[in-house]
Amino acid sequence: MAKSETPLLDELEKGKWPSFVTEIKKAAEKSPMANDLLHQLELSYKDRIGHWKHGGIVGVKGYGSGVIGRYSDRPDLFPNVQAFHTIRVNHPSGWFYKTDALRSLCDIWDKHGSGLTNMHGSTGDAILLGTTTDHLQTCFDDLSEAGFDLGGSGSALRTPSCCVGPGRCEWACVDSLDLCHHLTMNFQDEIHRPMFPYKFKIKISACPNDCVASIARADFSVIGTWKGDIRIDPAEVEAYASSDLNIQREVCDLCPTRCMEWDGRQLKIFNEDCTRCMHCINLMPKALRPGEEQGATILVGGKAPIVEGALLSWVLVPFMKLEPPYEEIKDLILRIQDWWSENGRSRERLGELIKRLGMRTFLRALDLPATPQMVKAPRTNPYVFFWPEDIQQEVK
Amino acid sequence: MTTDIGPPDYKTMIPPVVQRNYGKWLFHEILKPGVLMHVGESGEALYTVRAGSPRLLSTETIRAICEIADTYCDGYLRFTSRHNIEFLVSDKDKLEPLLEELARRSYPVGGTGHSISNIVHTQGWVHCHTPATDASGPVKALMDEIHEYFVTMTLPAHVRIALACCLNMCGAVHCSDIAILGIHRTVPKPDNSRVPNLCEIPTTVASCPTGAIRGDMKNKTVTINNEKCMYCGNCYTVCPAMPIADPDNDGISIWVGGKVSNARSTPKFSKLAIPYLPNNPPRWPEVVDAVKNIIEVYAAGARKHERVGEWIERIGWERFFSLTGIPFTDKHIDDYEMATETFRSSMQFKWR
Ligand code: HEM
Ligand code: HEM
Ligand code: SF4
Ligand code: SF4
Ligand code: SF4
Ligand code: SF4
Repeated sequence: MAKSETPLLDELEKGKWPSFVTEIKKAAEKSPMANDLLHQLELSYKDRIGHWKHGGIVGVKGYGSGVIGRYSDRPDLFPNVQAFHTIRVNHPSGWFYKTDALRSLCDIWDKHGSGLTNMHGSTGDAILLGTTTDHLQTCFDDLSEAGFDLGGSGSALRTPSCCVGPGRCEWACVDSLDLCHHLTMNFQDEIHRPMFPYKFKIKISACPNDCVASIARADFSVIGTWKGDIRIDPAEVEAYASSDLNIQREVCDLCPTRCMEWDGRQLKIFNEDCTRCMHCINLMPKALRPGEEQGATILVGGKAPIVEGALLSWVLVPFMKLEPPYEEIKDLILRIQDWWSENGRSRERLGELIKRLGMRTFLRALDLPATPQMVKAPRTNPYVFFWPEDIQQEVK
Repeated sequence: MTTDIGPPDYKTMIPPVVQRNYGKWLFHEILKPGVLMHVGESGEALYTVRAGSPRLLSTETIRAICEIADTYCDGYLRFTSRHNIEFLVSDKDKLEPLLEELARRSYPVGGTGHSISNIVHTQGWVHCHTPATDASGPVKALMDEIHEYFVTMTLPAHVRIALACCLNMCGAVHCSDIAILGIHRTVPKPDNSRVPNLCEIPTTVASCPTGAIRGDMKNKTVTINNEKCMYCGNCYTVCPAMPIADPDNDGISIWVGGKVSNARSTPKFSKLAIPYLPNNPPRWPEVVDAVKNIIEVYAAGARKHERVGEWIERIGWERFFSLTGIPFTDKHIDDYEMATETFRSSMQFKWR
């Protein structure tokens, strides 16, 4: 038997977890590009270093984003991945698919590219991994014929994504699927034609469990919540009490605000102290439900470390009702983008700009009131700025 | 040529049972690992079977998945925010046959409840130009070893694992229970002959978090103050003539204690547990062992519903290091902008 050309990667075909190497090999049976990818990756495993050059600027007519250019640094050895670009395809809200749509995506990709994908990239797009420059336009044309458009990349609005929400979750406080689709359609121009200082991401989770990690992975985070009382079904509480759930220890004692009381028969929630963390509802889904007045909290600024350190989004609007046609939230997004475009430096994320200029400047520009919900605690240092109108002006 | 059509409308992609019960779900149950039942106010039920995926998929495999969805799910499926595949079953009689078919084809079914679901990860050596490690390889090596935790629900709480191959941290690395992060340890080398043509000097200078880069306008290049550089690689992202990758010194750091949900405690960043482990392809044994050790010590010591970060905050970081046997070093002590906030300004600590 001939000696294998990819001994290191072959090791990763063993074991119980589905193997990406097997996937590349399957594609390599049909695609010379996938075959060269396999062999270049083997070289990386041997050298313990990547073999891709800095991407050049490639794309399709009319768009400035959606394609990541990529070139091999060893085209002498692997001519079929000399160019190996990624196409980001905007996924349907919540990553729901009908098989005929997925099949048409596969047919198009087998015709134009390597036959390899990521389902999905961490921003949400379906990622078509590896094609040449001269296929980009024709691939795009076929995609748009089949009803697919590109997602975002570069200094643009990136593809919004959302949790499964009302599609399959009893805790959804906003229609995350509809809002995601609506915003994506509304901001097509901003997605396809980079016009911002840097990237801008929107993610929507329909409750504070935050299943798309919106607070950590978006500049503009929409997280569903409610006002008013958690709905309690006493009969179901009793059913839980007689199951192996220890309501006192597992629910009440872990409530972060200790706003629950359990006397062995009745569960009481002092809702004015509840911070809607979801813990009790997560543990007793049949007995407890979010309150009836539903909407979302808007948080801003989340990002990874580069350049100024990682940030989690923080509260900007404590409560906003979200119903079609979503005018209030669209208006807020536009005003934020205007302020950021005007004041942001090149490659400065929104969170970094707010840090640099201060929340008070940001709030004033947006005409939003300061509220205690925005902070964990008031400042501890006395280096306080006042606006000119706050102080008595000198009498001339 | 048509532009700006946006994604397909999700309303055309959701199964009829979802259309009928949209926004009117009443409760759910986890029937067994990987199998959920959602019941609507109408009394109708939707069954979901969650299967693990390597995320990097060939079109051939996508077609195979479609075939399964056609047979058991009337042609409907979805993907999760952690890249798992979910088969959406409306006919209860088809549930067991689907599970049997998935078992026959060796698809792992799990990732629900107090388990370890899929690892959110990035491109690595498969496609990116700035990685300090691979993504798919370490993920496969680790998921093989911790497979039991995917197909069972025996942990105190969910354990989310994520991997990013460089400090750009595409993905959820900075907020995961356990995070695997590729790092460099050597200073980039500006190629003075290429910098003038390829790079904008002010952008390159501004890209450095620690101000280690100076413009050398006379020679149209830049110089780096080695003492200030912590090898983040961001200058290379904006200036291709500053390569930084180094096979012998690149590797992986391990972070712990992050979370994004609001349940019980507020969302938390992951914090440094192990500053460096070598890149050792194809199976990264040092990384796999280190992560397994953390999971096992956590599983043995945490209380029910306690996430990794909540467990560590209860027992204290000094206990975390003594229980896991991970050495604490000067690298664990923050020396970036807000460092002093992480220092212990109190008399409350344990001896080990
Ligand atoms: C300064 C920060 C960042 C830079 C310079 C950067 C750069 C890149 C580059 C060059 C790629 C291309 C990889 C390829 O060849 O396909 C990439 C991929 C990607 N990045 Fe980033 N990135 C940054 C931060 C982030 C963050 C914070 C996120 C998400 C929260 C993110 C999400 C993604 C996604 C979804 C991909 C697609 C590939 C995948 O999911 O594996 N990036 N990034
Ligand atoms: C502490 C509580 C929870 C946290 C921190 C949490 C977090 C997460 C995360 C990170 C995911 C991605 C998992 C994956 O795709 O494999 C997820 C998915 C999901 N979780 Fe939760 N979750 C919590 C409770 C729950 C529970 C008990 C349910 C049961 C209904 C639930 C409903 C969902 C749904 C429907 C998804 C899929 C969402 C999507 O991919 O769009 N969450 N959750
Ligand atoms: S974020 Fe909340 S509403 Fe959305 S899927 Fe997760 S648990 Fe359900
Ligand atoms: S949602 Fe959280 S804070 Fe509110 S009562 Fe339940 S456990 Fe307590
Ligand atoms: S984490 Fe870094 S190396 Fe990995 S895909 Fe993102 S930018 Fe590329
Ligand atoms: S690697 Fe990072 S710290 Fe070092 S010079 Fe470049 S940008 Fe600065």
